[in-house]
Amino acid sequence: MNAKTEAVSAQAAGKRQMSWFKFDARAYTMIGALLSIWVLFSLLHERFLTPTNLSNLFLQMSVTSILAIGMVLVIVAGHIDLSVGSLVGLTGGIAAILNVWYDWNTVPVIVVTVATGAAIGFVQGWIVAYRAVPAFIVTLGGMLMFRGILFGTTGSVTIAPLTPSMKAIGQEYVADLVGWVLGIAALVVAAFLVLRKRASRMRYGFPVEPLAVGVLRMVLIGAFILGFVYLMNSYKGIPVPFIMVVVLALVFTFISKNTTFGRQVYAIGGNAEAARLSGINIKQRVLLVFVLSGTLASIASLVLTARVNAATMSAGQNAELDAIAACVIGGTSLMGGAGTIVGALIGALVMASLDNGMSLMNMESFWQYIVKGAILVLAVYVDIYSRQRKKV
Amino acid sequence: MTAVLEMRNITKEFPGVKALNDVNFIVKKGEVHALCGENGAGKSTLMKVLSGLYPSGTYDGQILINGEEKHFHRIKDAEEAGISIIYQELALAKDLSVGENLFLGKEPARFGIINWEKVYRESEKWLREVGLDVSPEQVTGTLGIGKQQQVEIAKALSKNASILILDEPTAALTEQEVDILLGILREFKKRGVTCIYISHKLNEVFAIADSITVLRDGRTIGTYPASEINEDQVISLMVGRELKERFPRIPAQPGDVVLKVKDYSVMNPDLPGKKVIDNLSFEVRKGEIFGIAGLMGAGRTELVMSLFGSYAGESRGSVEIDGKPVRVKNSRQAIREGLALVSEDRKRYGLVLGMDIKSNVTMASMRAISNGGVINHNQEIASGNEYIRSMRIKANSVETIVGTLSGGNQQKVVLGKWLMTNPKILILDEPTRGIDVGAKFEIYNIMNDLIRQGVSIIMVSSELPELLGMSHRIMVISEGRKVGEFKTEEATQEAIMTAATGGNKK
Repeated sequence: MNAKTEAVSAQAAGKRQMSWFKFDARAYTMIGALLSIWVLFSLLHERFLTPTNLSNLFLQMSVTSILAIGMVLVIVAGHIDLSVGSLVGLTGGIAAILNVWYDWNTVPVIVVTVATGAAIGFVQGWIVAYRAVPAFIVTLGGMLMFRGILFGTTGSVTIAPLTPSMKAIGQEYVADLVGWVLGIAALVVAAFLVLRKRASRMRYGFPVEPLAVGVLRMVLIGAFILGFVYLMNSYKGIPVPFIMVVVLALVFTFISKNTTFGRQVYAIGGNAEAARLSGINIKQRVLLVFVLSGTLASIASLVLTARVNAATMSAGQNAELDAIAACVIGGTSLMGGAGTIVGALIGALVMASLDNGMSLMNMESFWQYIVKGAILVLAVYVDIYSRQRKKV
Repeated sequence: MTAVLEMRNITKEFPGVKALNDVNFIVKKGEVHALCGENGAGKSTLMKVLSGLYPSGTYDGQILINGEEKHFHRIKDAEEAGISIIYQELALAKDLSVGENLFLGKEPARFGIINWEKVYRESEKWLREVGLDVSPEQVTGTLGIGKQQQVEIAKALSKNASILILDEPTAALTEQEVDILLGILREFKKRGVTCIYISHKLNEVFAIADSITVLRDGRTIGTYPASEINEDQVISLMVGRELKERFPRIPAQPGDVVLKVKDYSVMNPDLPGKKVIDNLSFEVRKGEIFGIAGLMGAGRTELVMSLFGSYAGESRGSVEIDGKPVRVKNSRQAIREGLALVSEDRKRYGLVLGMDIKSNVTMASMRAISNGGVINHNQEIASGNEYIRSMRIKANSVETIVGTLSGGNQQKVVLGKWLMTNPKILILDEPTRGIDVGAKFEIYNIMNDLIRQGVSIIMVSSELPELLGMSHRIMVISEGRKVGEFKTEEATQEAIMTAATGGNKK
């Protein structure tokens, strides 16, 4: 009896690995939702789908995206970080003070700002992980304190203007040629990785996809990348902040999927007790997650401060909520244990598209709040509803 | 006697599977009717059909109560017909009082204001019915599991249940609590309450049941009077083949002492000054299965969790592994010293249910599949496949989510996880709890393979036949103290129980 079932399961395993285009219904639903929002706005306003506006859109989503990348890890680990908005304000204030009042150069400003973000993340993470104070409380306290410290140190004045090189972080576009080079480089790297994975699967004796399928896939990816570069170059080129988003997203996707640290974070969020008994150092991992979240918040603050060319008192206000919303729309479970960076980026793009489209149409801001709130609830509603139906 | 319940030609299909295929199930009034079968045989599905969880129309067949055909569209319909089901995982609000639980959802109220007098007065009556001597105002969570279950039964009675279904009611009970429960059921029988009893524990089935129905692969195999059949026959009906031996023990090839525990004490983390383990000493040799027996609460789980560095209470005394003194402070160190612990509650302590097989299998040995902190996914898949094969895990692929597997296969994933760490000493805490006979047998065979390879196994179990059948030496503990040690040849169930219940010391 066992030999037979074994044979059956081996066959099923083979069949499963044969389906080359994994159909992730959830990811496609999200992309579908995003595209329908775009179609809707392009019908309502002729300027929505222009290179100028799309370029703007990618600029606008960058701060929320960077925060959401860190937030995914925090939420997956089973925690929450409410302090990132205020942290953006505070570290942005520090960057502007150093740059404007003390005339520091851009590089040391960046180093000190990012180090401050990491240090604050360390302190909060330590209290959460090693002193077992709920993250909700620790970061809620942090949210109030950091905003207060910002008001206190700056005397509640706007600090501006920044030096030109500092401004470039948030306002510059890369030259057309550089854009093309980056696009082609990305394509080459992607092709290399796909081929290497294929070779490695063959070494392990696993079935591999036919080469033609791989080539087709590469062509699609290439068309997407180069199309994007072309679109951006039709305006001013790829915005620097968006390049930062892409790089951070790649780095953190790698961390979450390909490192033991990332795997352990998902295990901790999935079942902390089982993770602990499996010898995973939970406290250290949670601490590191908060350090990363603080670090990303400080990077986001550099982008924001540079983009508006000033540190303002309200910088980053409610940004933590946008980041959390982006994660949740993108499929991150608030129970912990599940969520992806790519999903969070799509979530951030949905939120940014709503902001952008409604602003274009000159909708009053109260409408924007109502619509964004409704979309957030609707996204989770649809997700939970579809999962319940799948169960029966 | 007449049939109080008749389920005729029940067929229930799920996409791709026929969970129930033309099942017939007839229960006579006032009897205790046991429903037996391996996991996945269809017992739970049949009970879900009966209790209205699967509404009428989602299955084929008829349900007759007292000869009258019924259609249950909701759970409430079934309850009104007198059917009440008590699940393995108790459904009580732990922070509410006993009385509040009894009347949850049907509080006597006027204009939405609850009549507490009546709640507690009536509660007392129902608690007396089940012989439970607690105040209805006591917080439910402060009661032991056995008493909580009695509260559940009282709750079912208060709904005027005439057919009581108990799904694995004794999985978490101590021996005494089981006796109390069986006593209550006998009392009910006298009063004409019909009882459907689902259990893996055949000794209980034979202690209480009048009739036994065996299901296998979604079909009725037959209904037998309990007096005309024995345990071995039931088992072979359940698995569909003769089990020559339930416990395939092989002789020990005891080598050197691997683990030496001396004067070991563990403090109670909640009550300062109290010990859960008191001055305990024992040795485990290479290539043997060392059994630990004791009643629930004797400190068995606390002992092994503490040895694994995962118990909250402090420990004293000395532990030597391979003659070298070790001090294990956390599970990381324990794994490094060659210990592995398959805990008693696999869903809570063993598995990340939302993750796939390969991630769970490699969780305790990520170094083996990574390089400089970067996971080699192909190596991981290969490791996952290796354990699917060697543990005979029935699953579509290494990417099957563990939460969708049956209990036996989940347990094999946990075993695979710990075997991948190459342990010297494998601690198994209730290794076969809640898994079916076939999977149990496979786990015993895996244990044999391991001792042949020179691994030492410590097995904690509440099932004495399993301990007697598989281990080579058995230590009995009671209230944290060692009260006996037997070679298996000398041990009997009676001797172990006498020691465990604090009888004559050996």
